[in-house]
Amino acid sequence: MIFKFIRLNKLHVFVGILVSTFFLSLPVFANINVFTCEPEWKSLVQELGGDKVSVFSATTGLQDPHQVQARPSLISKMSNADLLVCSGADLEIGWLPLLLRRASNSNIQVNKPGYFLAAEHVRLLGLPKVIDRSQGDVHAAGNPHVHTDPKNIRLIAKALVKRMKVIDPANADYYQKQADDFLIRWKKAVKKWKIQVKLLKGSKIIVQHASWDYLLDFVKLEQVATIENKPGIPVSSGHLHLLVKQFKHNAADVIIHAAYQNERSSTWLAKRTGIKSITLPFTVGGTANVTDLFSLYDETFRLLSNAILIPIALNM
Amino acid sequence: MIFSLKNSSLKNYLPLKLLFQKKSVIFRLFILNLLFSTIISAQEVKNGQVPKNKQSEILIQLKNELQLLQQSYQEKIKQLEERVIKAEQALDLTQDDLSETQDDLESLAIDVSQQGNIRSANTFNPGIGMILNGRWLSYSDNFEYKLPGFFPTEESGPGEQGSGLGESELNMNANVDDMFYASVTLAFGDEVEVEEAYIQTINLDHGLNVKAGRFFSGIGYLSSKHSHSDDFANRPLPYEAFLGGKFGDVGIQTTWLAPTDLFWETGVEVYRGDSFPAAGASNSGNGVWTAFSHLGGDITDAQSWRFGLSYLHADVDSRATEQGDIFTGTNKLWIADFVYKWSPNGNRGEQEFKLQGEYFNGNDKGVFSSMGNELTDDEFDRDQTGWYLEGVYRFARQWRIGVRTSMLSSDNIPTQFIGSLLDDFGYSPEQHSLMLDWSNSEFSRIRLQVDHNKLDDKQESVWILQYVAAFGAHGAHSF
Repeated sequence: MIFKFIRLNKLHVFVGILVSTFFLSLPVFANINVFTCEPEWKSLVQELGGDKVSVFSATTGLQDPHQVQARPSLISKMSNADLLVCSGADLEIGWLPLLLRRASNSNIQVNKPGYFLAAEHVRLLGLPKVIDRSQGDVHAAGNPHVHTDPKNIRLIAKALVKRMKVIDPANADYYQKQADDFLIRWKKAVKKWKIQVKLLKGSKIIVQHASWDYLLDFVKLEQVATIENKPGIPVSSGHLHLLVKQFKHNAADVIIHAAYQNERSSTWLAKRTGIKSITLPFTVGGTANVTDLFSLYDETFRLLSNAILIPIALNM
Repeated sequence: MIFSLKNSSLKNYLPLKLLFQKKSVIFRLFILNLLFSTIISAQEVKNGQVPKNKQSEILIQLKNELQLLQQSYQEKIKQLEERVIKAEQALDLTQDDLSETQDDLESLAIDVSQQGNIRSANTFNPGIGMILNGRWLSYSDNFEYKLPGFFPTEESGPGEQGSGLGESELNMNANVDDMFYASVTLAFGDEVEVEEAYIQTINLDHGLNVKAGRFFSGIGYLSSKHSHSDDFANRPLPYEAFLGGKFGDVGIQTTWLAPTDLFWETGVEVYRGDSFPAAGASNSGNGVWTAFSHLGGDITDAQSWRFGLSYLHADVDSRATEQGDIFTGTNKLWIADFVYKWSPNGNRGEQEFKLQGEYFNGNDKGVFSSMGNELTDDEFDRDQTGWYLEGVYRFARQWRIGVRTSMLSSDNIPTQFIGSLLDDFGYSPEQHSLMLDWSNSEFSRIRLQVDHNKLDDKQESVWILQYVAAFGAHGAHSF
């Protein structure tokens, strides 16, 4: 009899929770809800959408976008989204398909206007010659980190604003105006960065993870080695020692790694070879002073210039 | 006068200086002209025709004219400079535009190439993934896996000693069309078993989702997961005792996701009722129904959580053991579950902590015919509880360590069942597990686990060495 009483109580609790939750945290209504996978796209949507959009990013600049889980909060956010903006090229393959299924949102399913993948609008670099997991977690579609070249941002912005106009026709003129304004400012900034990086051209660079193909292409840096030679597999001490041997006498200019990556192997190599190792923000929020796309490249090129040019100037 | 020009002040005589500097022809002529007029006026002075003050006047005039001349030239040079800068800028802009146009063309080419790809028939192949799972087990020969007071199920227990293949899984999945997703998972053990085969809607909106076919139930936390993604080599005791390790059957599931920022999902399921704890597909083939609700969210970037409450109601028609014990009646099961995860800044790669626990409360009510009790049919109503709590910590990129405690207990049974299968003989089975695993990449894992079992009056340790390898389509990172 006692158990029956307990069961009744449990049922009460159960129903109570169901009812009370319904009134909790009702969604914020803006003109369009945008779900972005990475903070660089959140920043771009904010530039183009101004106050007509409310934007959410599934990851921060300090998180590895490969590693994210389809956690409950993401399912809820995605089910309320009008537009999804992600990098694509399999970067989010471990969690995006699962989220899409769980969210049950017809606006943003594959090939709907609300499904926008940045990688589909630029030329992809880093296509693997051999697609085999003995080479690590290779991205068969090519390198997905397209945002590291500022010229790509322009192309993606142009494609994205078209989508935003389709999804929210009432504000089409507004988005176009925002985009025109952004593109003018971006053009000026790219011109400035181009001049800034002229002196860096041809510098030899060691990367921790092959995330920088597009940046290297923009600055015309020469990637002489990758520390994590098999993506997704921690670097072996054998490979590290090989790198020390290779770069002890034939020095490279700088070792770079992203803010979200563990810097241990980079610093280790730096200590053994005397090559300077630096942390680049990689994306918006990677370092505290990087708050939008403009400051992302300002900071990236400032750090690169400092690391590469100051030693050269001191040797002169 | 000419004579006087040849003295030392000659070099400093401005018109002459200008004459011999590199200036244009017109300029030189102009200076010559000036010189002549100076000479003439000087001649006049010499002749006494021009007074001395006139001479200085002419000099001032001359200076002024020169200044004007200089100014006009400076202006011209400035204008020219400006024009050169403008031309350079224009050229630069054209170059910028050109490179932008080039980028545009490339991007256009990408769009076109994506549309124009020649697709072959196998482009539509589903995602195919294979999970291999092998293990090596060690325990003493007189260890007998038995949970006193609980109905034994086919698959419970650690398995046979020595090396053996665990369940290897083959999964195929794809979107069927714009409305349905389908997934099939076959499990290869001693025999091939269809673990899951279902279709699921993807575009119903309003948070609605319908799933039909054979699938794992959404109750509890572990139930809906495939065992290869578990943190331990086996399921905790309550899963073994109340659900036979996992609950899956043929049925239909509807879930509703509330349109709130807080994750709140509620689901109901109806199953045929052929799988443990149900049996016999009673109630016209609708032997089991369940209801569950999950809440979840994030606390800062670093932490996330989920809490769930589930209920399962099973009609049991002649559930039998190998020994011939038979139970017919109803089985009710409540499950409360939670999971909490933490990683620095939410970056899971290097460090992560996970705390997870579930509480089970089950009730069996019906008629039990026990072999041990010479087949007396008797009314029976009893509650049983169980829980487990586990913590797993990733302390390096490839390494994780975990501890888990599971416990079970049963209420007293009516005296006529003493000594039967349902008698717990006063024991509350418990198990304490410790595991250490190493993952070379996301796709492979080797695990060492030791279970310390206190199932009855004996204490026994079971050592498990396990590998899990996944190849083919990239698996999903579920929470």
